[in-house]
Amino acid sequence: MRVNVTVNGKQRTADDVWPGESLLYVLRERLGLAGSKNACEQGECGSCTVYLDGVPACSCLVAAGQAEGGDVRTVEGLADGDRLDSVQQSFLDTGAVQCGFCTPGLLVAAHDLIERNPAPSDPQIREALAGNLCRCTGYEKIMDAVRLAVERKQATT
Amino acid sequence: MTSTEQRSGTVAGGVGESPTRPDGVVKVRGEFAYSSDLWREDMLWGATLRTPHPYARIRSIDISEALKLPGVKAVLTHEDVPGENIYGLEHPDQPVLAAEVVRYQGEPVAIVAADHPETARRAAARIDIDYEVLEPVVDSEAAMAPDATVLHPDHGSNVVRHVPIQHGDPDSATADVVVTGEYEVGMQDQAFLGPESGLAVPAEDGGIDLYVATQWLHVDQKQVAVALGMPVDKIRLHLAGVGGAFGAREDLSMQVHACMLAQYTGKPVKIVYGREESFFGHVHRHPARLRYEHGATKDGKLVYVKTRMVLDGGAYASTTAAVAGNAATLGVGPYVVPNVRIDCYGVYTNNPPCGAMRGFGAVQACFGYESQMDKLAAALGMDPVELRVRNAIDEGAVMPTGQVVDSPAPAARLLELVRDRPLPAERAAEADLRDLPGGVSNTTHGEGVRRGVGYAIGIKNVGFSEGFDDYSTARVRLLAVDGEPLVSVHTAAAEVGQGLVTLQAQIARTELGVAQVSVEQADTSVGSAGSSSASRQSYVTGGAVREACRQVRDAVLDLAAQRLDVARAGLELSGGKIASAEHGVLVELGELLGSTSIERIVEWRHRPTHPLDPVTGQGNAHVQYALAAHRAVVDVDVDLGLIKVVELACAQDVGKAINPDAVLGQIHGGTAQGLGLAIMEEIQVSGGVVRNPSFTDYLIPTILDMPPMAVDVLELADPHAPYGLRGVGEPPTISSTPAVVAAIRAATGRALTRIPVRPEHITSTD
Repeated sequence: MRVNVTVNGKQRTADDVWPGESLLYVLRERLGLAGSKNACEQGECGSCTVYLDGVPACSCLVAAGQAEGGDVRTVEGLADGDRLDSVQQSFLDTGAVQCGFCTPGLLVAAHDLIERNPAPSDPQIREALAGNLCRCTGYEKIMDAVRLAVERKQATT
Repeated sequence: MTSTEQRSGTVAGGVGESPTRPDGVVKVRGEFAYSSDLWREDMLWGATLRTPHPYARIRSIDISEALKLPGVKAVLTHEDVPGENIYGLEHPDQPVLAAEVVRYQGEPVAIVAADHPETARRAAARIDIDYEVLEPVVDSEAAMAPDATVLHPDHGSNVVRHVPIQHGDPDSATADVVVTGEYEVGMQDQAFLGPESGLAVPAEDGGIDLYVATQWLHVDQKQVAVALGMPVDKIRLHLAGVGGAFGAREDLSMQVHACMLAQYTGKPVKIVYGREESFFGHVHRHPARLRYEHGATKDGKLVYVKTRMVLDGGAYASTTAAVAGNAATLGVGPYVVPNVRIDCYGVYTNNPPCGAMRGFGAVQACFGYESQMDKLAAALGMDPVELRVRNAIDEGAVMPTGQVVDSPAPAARLLELVRDRPLPAERAAEADLRDLPGGVSNTTHGEGVRRGVGYAIGIKNVGFSEGFDDYSTARVRLLAVDGEPLVSVHTAAAEVGQGLVTLQAQIARTELGVAQVSVEQADTSVGSAGSSSASRQSYVTGGAVREACRQVRDAVLDLAAQRLDVARAGLELSGGKIASAEHGVLVELGELLGSTSIERIVEWRHRPTHPLDPVTGQGNAHVQYALAAHRAVVDVDVDLGLIKVVELACAQDVGKAINPDAVLGQIHGGTAQGLGLAIMEEIQVSGGVVRNPSFTDYLIPTILDMPPMAVDVLELADPHAPYGLRGVGEPPTISSTPAVVAAIRAATGRALTRIPVRPEHITSTD
């Protein structure tokens, strides 16, 4: 089948999609956007998190056909050209990236949190990121990263 | 050439700083190419058929139905293994594809290549295998019985290795107070996020280029070459992006399979495991049964420790022998014990194969000896930290192997550091649900919740032990590009997330005083770096890079003396300039180099270690010891058995923090994995069958499970190590588990002899 989606602001089309393919598979294997990661394929780890019509979703759990006509924003769509989004920059600056496999999903989830709640408390940050597993950092520097991104956003608004 | 000890100038981003990781920008942009991201226009997808039986004889394999499926390009079995159908890290005992017998659930039997991953999976499911199902050996004690089925007849028995250690006179030692205990450790999974994956590409010379996520390129290369029956130089490995490792990538997974399919089809073949397959695709942490007896004087000095440890190695040896060596040699912990007897066994069963995981034998032992220290403290009516401090090793202490600890070992100080930290605030009367056991499941508002505090300390060896030739190779090249000096560092060391790429560049900046350093992609075109495991890469590859840089620096100064016609003595390379006290700045480095490049390749070894005496277990087996201590504070809902870890404080001696941020990252992450083993992580195996191969049923800590972590880092230099550094990655995993369990015991009064602790252990409803 053919799937039409807007990805990171561009209209994209994937052909010969097998109906069992997920949105994640189409993004990664048919549209060349491998930033969203496949670590569990059952919605437990959050590594594949993308915005779908403005709402974070595990793209591994979305059948490609369900995304027809949808608007998708992936980790590749967070930066503005060469300028990293402040969440990306904060992850870098605080050392929140080790192996980095969880990072794309966490960035989308953290980006969404800060969009919704410009001044989240620590428990709110933890709750918002509870669907994203990280095996390297113990989350301590991820907390630092989100707090820093919040601070930076507050400083510029 | 003898290298000099001087350092070259100060540029930002050197040793002791925390520069941003060079792969960081591409990682946050989603552009970093992990092994599962690789793609070629004409590539095929591989899939693996695994046996459902823990132990069975293969009567026949029929691949005809699989071959009929459109899109299938190859279906291969043991008959198609071109070279030797056997591999293994320490002992080759594992078939590439099972031929006559399968020895664990999930063992690969056949492989398929097709034009779509789902087609490959469906084809694999059509392969018809006729099995004679056999009674599996699933109990590690029963496996050692004289009448047990011997799973590897060539080996003679199911005991992979017995490590005895005898120190002092444990048989006649007597003590005022004696405590005994039996403990059990469940099977933990490394649960890295990036599943096993890679891409094998056939090359024009008949060889294969394999792009793969691994911990040790050269040991993979050697095993792949043997299995493919090809010369080693025809199998070229390239490190693809690695999504975590923690020991699970030391053994082969899809490497040989992808190469076989690529060779057979003549096309690039990609294999990516899903999460369920990943649970069957790598080794796990050895489950352990531990029996300990501790004797002490009434004032709390240890007199003797006797222990018997049994580690379930599962179906194939992997690194079981070395894990048993670690568990035994570190079996009494960082304590001075005059009389010791240890018997540690690693055994074959039909359970999933076990091998390397962060902590490597030291984790299991630590749960045993630290549980005992708490029990002993209770029997003596003594504070548990005080008891530990009274018996703590320090530099100069003698270990049960007779090895003298010959660098700082501040065990007492680390314990005091975590003890003396202020405790976290008492639980608020109206606590946020997210801070309570059970969280937003709303199982309690504080009723039935009790707080407990627990302590533990652990010890780990750094680097490969027992006489292993443990080395790394570094190629360092200095050149000028547009008049600006640039250093290229090339090693085969695997960056698995820990930050080794950052560290290699830091060392080059410090040694050569050059800001621009390029760390090249790791591959097998340079000599082996050894494994990214055993907390060894900063030490060994760091040592190799430092030495290569120093030889390059000496060569630069030789060149300067010759070109400028000045005396060699007194010349320095500093801040991108050649200078001497006499003449001041003589020339810019870039100008001196012009079109000349200077390259040195160094193979660097740490000081040798020695095998253990096979009868007495005596010997200087380890190159370096590393220590970490934890204090855990927990809240436990004693009615429901639910646990909330409130805080984990850690103190660790790292010798020298080459990259302080990366050190903290290792301590945080290691601590988290220890928490996981304490309260949630277990591969549940019954009758040899894994019951929970998914992230739905195998739980690892989320951000809600992890508490804030307070960390003290000590830097007491080890005079034998580069920059005085001490391996960092493993120690925090070791002590966090028993600290958390001690805190739960303190909160509940339960004995808790098994990890992970389950709710029913607390409520006694099992």
